[in-house]
Amino acid sequence: MAGLKGWRELPLGGVVAGGTARELNKTGTWRAERPIWHEDKCIQCLQCWLHCPDDSVLLRGGKMVGFDYEHCKGCGVCAAICPKDAIEMVPERSGECVRP
Amino acid sequence: MRKAITGHKAVAEAMRQIEPDVVAVYPITPQSEIAEYYADYVHNGIVHTELVPVESEHSALSACVGAAAAGGRVMTATSSQGLALMVEVLYIAAGLRLPVVMALANRSLSAPINIHGDHSDAYLARDSGAVQIFAESAQEAYDYTLMAQRIAEDMRVRLPVIVNLDGFTLTHTVQPVDLLDDEPVKKFVGKFQPVSPLLDVDHPVTWGAFAMPDYYFELKRAQQAGMEAVPAVFLEVQREFSQVSGRRYQGFFEAYKLVDAEYALVVLGSTAGTAKVAVDELRAQGMKVGLLKPWLWRPFPAQAVAEAVAHVKAVAVLDRAFSFGTLGALFEDVAAALYPLERRPILANYIYGLGGRDITVPDLIKVFEELPRLTQNEWALRYIGLRE
Repeated sequence: MAGLKGWRELPLGGVVAGGTARELNKTGTWRAERPIWHEDKCIQCLQCWLHCPDDSVLLRGGKMVGFDYEHCKGCGVCAAICPKDAIEMVPERSGECVRP
Repeated sequence: MRKAITGHKAVAEAMRQIEPDVVAVYPITPQSEIAEYYADYVHNGIVHTELVPVESEHSALSACVGAAAAGGRVMTATSSQGLALMVEVLYIAAGLRLPVVMALANRSLSAPINIHGDHSDAYLARDSGAVQIFAESAQEAYDYTLMAQRIAEDMRVRLPVIVNLDGFTLTHTVQPVDLLDDEPVKKFVGKFQPVSPLLDVDHPVTWGAFAMPDYYFELKRAQQAGMEAVPAVFLEVQREFSQVSGRRYQGFFEAYKLVDAEYALVVLGSTAGTAKVAVDELRAQGMKVGLLKPWLWRPFPAQAVAEAVAHVKAVAVLDRAFSFGTLGALFEDVAAALYPLERRPILANYIYGLGGRDITVPDLIKVFEELPRLTQNEWALRYIGLRE
């Protein structure tokens, strides 16, 4: 377990600063189904962004631009909530983490 | 100011003077009076504490954990089954290093259901990571409630602290108690210093994060370091409190006529008061006997206990609860403490006082009189006041 911190270096009570777990836990590796965004059908209502439990819908300039596949667990909430069927769930074959 | 008050009132007065930000509490006999007194203080506007009247003890301690993580000074109180319900959360409070101070009005655990005093509830929390202190009297319950706050909140410790006081024997009997004025207490307790408070929204943090096999062990080792810091902090706080109060607290335990004793008792809580009378009566007859009464039970001050009883011929360790299937928990602490000595006293373990069974001076004199007859360690449990 090289590179991991010793017990004296840990924060009191295991309390960690906000946003620090993101770089350590690539939860995208858990995904069984991958959401695919069809931009042509998307009306930018941002319901997917609002409902995503893992903050994995990427916004740029207030617009949906794709998914953070490093952290998306493939729950499918975005596809279920999308009013225009612009998000499709497809089987995750390789399990590798790929940014769009 | 000296007042004639119950142990409960003494604890409630200490809480009033500490005036924590949050008190979350659920009533249970014999503790309920602490909650009732404190509710009076809140609703009469004497304190500005947020009193959270929860639906169970699990919720009481959960509310304390949340409030402490939010950045508040918090206290609670319970007994017996209430503590049993709290235990899940007590481990969490300790693991998160939250300085929750709790009065535990000791009462036996069910079944059979019983409302009277023994130490089975304290023993249930033995390995929880909470610091545990035992009071002999209402005065000690008051004093240690004030000191507990400082011990719990010390940055080297940051752990929950339980102040044990025997149900009914201490909680409901009226005793003379010297109360300090409010100002010196407030100065002694000081301002609460939060660590990573949740309400500091400019610095968001995660409390209660998951830890996998790669970090869980290190975090628990760090928690053990908090416990290891307690003895030094305990002595510092005692020293300062002795100056503030004029009452002498020095050491992890009270050693009563122990220095030249040939036979000794080790006992927690109010029974130590009874034992002192037994010691005095036997001393008057020329028998060299003494008493060791731990104030600090967790962490257990093993080395100091060993040094204090090393010269004694035989020691009776009295446990007011079974640790079913093995010897008493206090006995095992003392036995382990004495093991490194080259010349060890003979040991015997007595179980006494379960479910509030009375323990008398003649009972304890009988124990002292049995000790000289022991020629080797007694590994079978002995019982005081049990009908065969």
